[in-house]
Amino acid sequence: MYDIKAMYEASSVADAVKLRQQHPEAVILAGGSDVLIKIREGKLAGREMISIYGLDELRGVHLEEDGTLVIGSLTSFSHITADPLIQEHIGVLGEAVDMVGGPQIRAIGTIGGNTCNGVTSADSASTLFAWDAQIELTGPDGVRILPIAQFYLGAGKTDIRPGEIQTSIRIPKKSYEGYKGFYIKYGMRRAMEIATTGCSVNVKLSDDKKTLEDLRIGFGVAAPVPIRAVKTEEKFRKAALSADLADQIGEAVLEDVTPRDSWRASKDLRLHLCQTLAKDAFCEAVKRSGGELA
Amino acid sequence: MKIGQSIPRVDSYDKATGRTKYTDDLCDQNALVAKILHANVAHAIVKSVDTSEAEDMPGVIGVFTCFDVPECTFPTAGHPWSTVESHQDVMDRHLLTKHVRYYGDDVAAVVAEDEVSAVRALEKIHVEYEVLPFVLDVQEAMKDGAPQLHERFKNNILAHTDIRRGNLAEAIKEPGLTRIEGWYDTPTVQHCHIENACCYAYMENGRVNVVASTQIPHITRRCIGQALGIDWGMVRLVKPYIGGGFGDKQDALYEPLCAWLSMQVGGRLVKLECTREETFQNCRVRHAIRYHLISWVRKDGTLVGRKLECYSNQGAYASHGHGVCAKGMNAVPQIYPCPNIECDSWTVFTNRQVAGAMRGYGMPQVTFALESHVDDICQALGLDPLEYRRKTTMPLGYVDAFSKNELYSDSFNQTLDVGSAYIEYEKKRKEYSHQTGRFRRGVGLSVFWYNTAVWPISLETSACRMVMNQDGSIQLQVGETEIGQGADTAFAQMAAETLGISIDKVHVVSCQDTDVTPYGTGAYASRQTYAAGMAVRGCAEAFKQHILEVAFPYTRMQPYLMDIVDDQIIRTTDGRVLMSLGDLAKQKLYDLENCEHLTMEKTAQLKTNAYSFGCGFAEVEVDLEMCQVKVLKLINVHDAGTLVNPALARAQVQGGMSMGLGYALSEKMLYDEKTGRLLNGNLLDYKLSTTMDHPHLEARFVQNAEPTSAYGTKALGEPPVLPVAPAVRNAILQATGVGLDELPMRPHLLYEKFKEAHLI
Amino acid sequence: MSNRQFKMVTCTINGKERTAMVDVRASLTDMLRNDYSLTSVKKGCEVGECGACAVIIDGECFNSCIYMAIWADGKNITTLEGLTGPKGELSDLQQAFVDETAIQCGFCTPGFILEAETILQKGKIYTDDELRKLLSGHLCRCTGYDNILRAVRKTMYRRQGLPIPPEEDGEER
Repeated sequence: MYDIKAMYEASSVADAVKLRQQHPEAVILAGGSDVLIKIREGKLAGREMISIYGLDELRGVHLEEDGTLVIGSLTSFSHITADPLIQEHIGVLGEAVDMVGGPQIRAIGTIGGNTCNGVTSADSASTLFAWDAQIELTGPDGVRILPIAQFYLGAGKTDIRPGEIQTSIRIPKKSYEGYKGFYIKYGMRRAMEIATTGCSVNVKLSDDKKTLEDLRIGFGVAAPVPIRAVKTEEKFRKAALSADLADQIGEAVLEDVTPRDSWRASKDLRLHLCQTLAKDAFCEAVKRSGGELA
Repeated sequence: MKIGQSIPRVDSYDKATGRTKYTDDLCDQNALVAKILHANVAHAIVKSVDTSEAEDMPGVIGVFTCFDVPECTFPTAGHPWSTVESHQDVMDRHLLTKHVRYYGDDVAAVVAEDEVSAVRALEKIHVEYEVLPFVLDVQEAMKDGAPQLHERFKNNILAHTDIRRGNLAEAIKEPGLTRIEGWYDTPTVQHCHIENACCYAYMENGRVNVVASTQIPHITRRCIGQALGIDWGMVRLVKPYIGGGFGDKQDALYEPLCAWLSMQVGGRLVKLECTREETFQNCRVRHAIRYHLISWVRKDGTLVGRKLECYSNQGAYASHGHGVCAKGMNAVPQIYPCPNIECDSWTVFTNRQVAGAMRGYGMPQVTFALESHVDDICQALGLDPLEYRRKTTMPLGYVDAFSKNELYSDSFNQTLDVGSAYIEYEKKRKEYSHQTGRFRRGVGLSVFWYNTAVWPISLETSACRMVMNQDGSIQLQVGETEIGQGADTAFAQMAAETLGISIDKVHVVSCQDTDVTPYGTGAYASRQTYAAGMAVRGCAEAFKQHILEVAFPYTRMQPYLMDIVDDQIIRTTDGRVLMSLGDLAKQKLYDLENCEHLTMEKTAQLKTNAYSFGCGFAEVEVDLEMCQVKVLKLINVHDAGTLVNPALARAQVQGGMSMGLGYALSEKMLYDEKTGRLLNGNLLDYKLSTTMDHPHLEARFVQNAEPTSAYGTKALGEPPVLPVAPAVRNAILQATGVGLDELPMRPHLLYEKFKEAHLI
Repeated sequence: MSNRQFKMVTCTINGKERTAMVDVRASLTDMLRNDYSLTSVKKGCEVGECGACAVIIDGECFNSCIYMAIWADGKNITTLEGLTGPKGELSDLQQAFVDETAIQCGFCTPGFILEAETILQKGKIYTDDELRKLLSGHLCRCTGYDNILRAVRKTMYRRQGLPIPPEEDGEER
């Protein structure tokens, strides 16, 4: 039995928004794989809950007319991985969320929950950063869309305003067309794990596969929130593919990342991992794009 | 032959259908719920506890504090009691404590109508502490001026024992010796049985009844009596099926407190169920032991002298105490005999989780230290680790002066043959001798040794009762518990073998109930098939003799002319079937002149112990840049004597290897140096292996029947853990040239050591 | 607790439609164990880390400890009790767990069998590595997973009517 003060079940997005206004102190319960554990731990014990789990309208993936890929916020990880649109356009996201916890966690955990809790280790986040994803929030004043980087305000803090719920995650066509990516999750075991560090790299190669047209590197647990390796990206955009390019990129990301010491891993180890992961993920992404780093 | 058959477990149908009832499944849902207030400081004196607010909370029945509990102290270790005071377990526990000795120690308890009410009430208990400095490290705790945990143990030293043989100081003066020195450190780890510790208690006819997930029903009953200061006969303990134990439940955990709480609320039903976090924080852990080993060897590897120091981190209370560390120390000069030795071991209190029994009981720790050290010797002298072990381990015919244990077979060499062939040791050793690049491979090995049962350290006994039904089937009862390892199935096979009946005619009463189960000390020390085996055999032999005597009036044959074969009474002279056992049982029970309920009960006392041996081999691939180790192949080879049930034996070995892999690579309880708080006491942050973290686990056997054993068996339950970590460590040594002297060999350690070695 | 909140939850459990007034604070584990006495649903951590409480909901395996009971309304739920035939017949998968010595203490067994059932219902052949990943949300401390994997693997081939190939990394047995 969970220590819950009251439970309000939303019957629609509009109803959820209304409940949020009526009960501003209430916690939003999506899949629960994060919130329910915090209740057990005592951190959220005795609070009011607004359950949005029943809102099937927030489940599923579709393409809008302009090619924007829209992922309903309550879509579970397992459904994202299995979705044909995801597999076709941004397969790496399906791969990344297929590394969350274990199968049962992937069945209940939602991409909305994974981003709204604001943690840097979320497996979906670094990849969504790499895809330049946008967050759609619905509130009393309608819909608000913002880039994912702006959605994260700080460790464990996201820009969800009073009355709002996150309703979808959007990836514009220009973000994914022509790109291939690769995600590496580094953990202390191969399942049931929170990332020690995660790195997601997208590349777009020139038609002759000789030049790096674009490069996007997302990191988890390399800073208090998920980040992009902006300096590195700028430095190597338009670079010619070469044998030591991956090593150079690995070294360069050290300028972008600011991991911390914690009992889970030291700063030094994380820095080393950021370098290695960026290098390896870049190599794999180039390989997927049909390029060669010779 | 019933022994040696891989029959399915006797409890497998029920477990495959989910019908098997564990403690919590049996507890009435109206039970009151007990929750414990754990201290949020590592070391303190409780000045006062204000319960007034908590008592007024809705649903609360009672709030009890360290100032309410009985003054008497009690021990918790799952050891047989000793009537000799100096051999008794240390009695250092109160049900709730006024002297907090670790972060999470038990200060107060709430009994409430339901869990949420109980937890909410805990938050309203206000404790005033006088906070004391604390110490987590074993060697720091031994220093003068370190925080003292228990008044009567100066410098926190619970016990110190030593071994002196030959003259080390003289011997090492020999010219030309090589001196090899190492420090080896092992971590605090937890058992992680999937069923948390759980019990419930109620009073009936003035006695307190406790149902508990325990490995040691009779011992726990005694501990409850001691803790409550009541006659032991006033306590009844029932043990249903349990969801794993691995030594954690070889200790009185919260059964005494639960019994006492029930008595405080008029004998009402009270349930005390640990959360997973409490299982980590408040049950038992494996002793972290630090070793200092120095060996003096000749160029050919001959061991001339050895010095060993063992520092065992006991945590806050004595529990199993020094026995764990001492067992490991005592093993060292037996595994590798050496004429000149100086060994010392200290077991030391610190403000950490309480260390108790855990699968292997000190041997996984010392095996890591010793077998790592042996490879360090080989490395220093340029010797092959496999050949070195063949030459230097305990020789055939070796007899230990203390235990009188004897090595009857060439077990080390035979198991090494099997293991090295499987891993292709020589070929791969050569193949991996010169590598460059990011990925490096290596093979490594470790031998192991294990005693079976606890004689002559303490009492070793088991009692068995057999009761015959009208159909010639029997109920079999022993105090040795089924904890998942398959003991019930083995007992059924043993009884069937000796009595001459089919296995399905043996109904093992799986549940132990101290009111009716014959005395037996429980599941530990890999003693089930050995110790209980003797009780089963002794009882079955006597029962058979008795049955044949009973058969005389019905068959007119002398008992010595008869036998029981395949559930029939037969005449041995010509094999003729005289009557079925079922007919006899029926005739005798309903005999109008001379009826008898056929039953037999026997106690076995053991005055022997047996060596169990084997080895493990590992092949690894190290990704230098990722600081990760992938185990490609892993094998354990055991000489555990005769296997009662080879399929179950293999399964048990694989389980132990899995635990060994976690010990090797990922498991470690981490502490906050500032507060003494356990940081990763949950199954997410504590890295138990998942299905993806394993290679196939190969388990093989050499079966040399143990001459002292009723069915040729010896220790199998615990030894599988032993060789894994050192074999993996030694494989990493071959792969990278880096000898890791600390467990677990997780990326954090690999990163530091690879950097030091300029590999990354 | 005058203001306790309840909800009527109707769902199909092991093939039968069931209804109960459920405390909104209850997890699905609480409901299945306490309201329906389905004690094969085990509690090992209650925070979704061990998999002992797993049940099948609409064809997917979930940890019932972190699934609110109120969410079960309208769902189709299977527990281990539901895999067993009406006369106590073991399913092929349960039988394989018995035959392959995949059971020791038995506490993780219900979760593993239910997860395996959802995997096998996909009707595909998986590699050992894929099976390891699909089973990775369940912790077992007794078996080292080898025999569990073998039981699932053998049943997978049998259900497809295919011969069971030798194991990728094990000895032949």
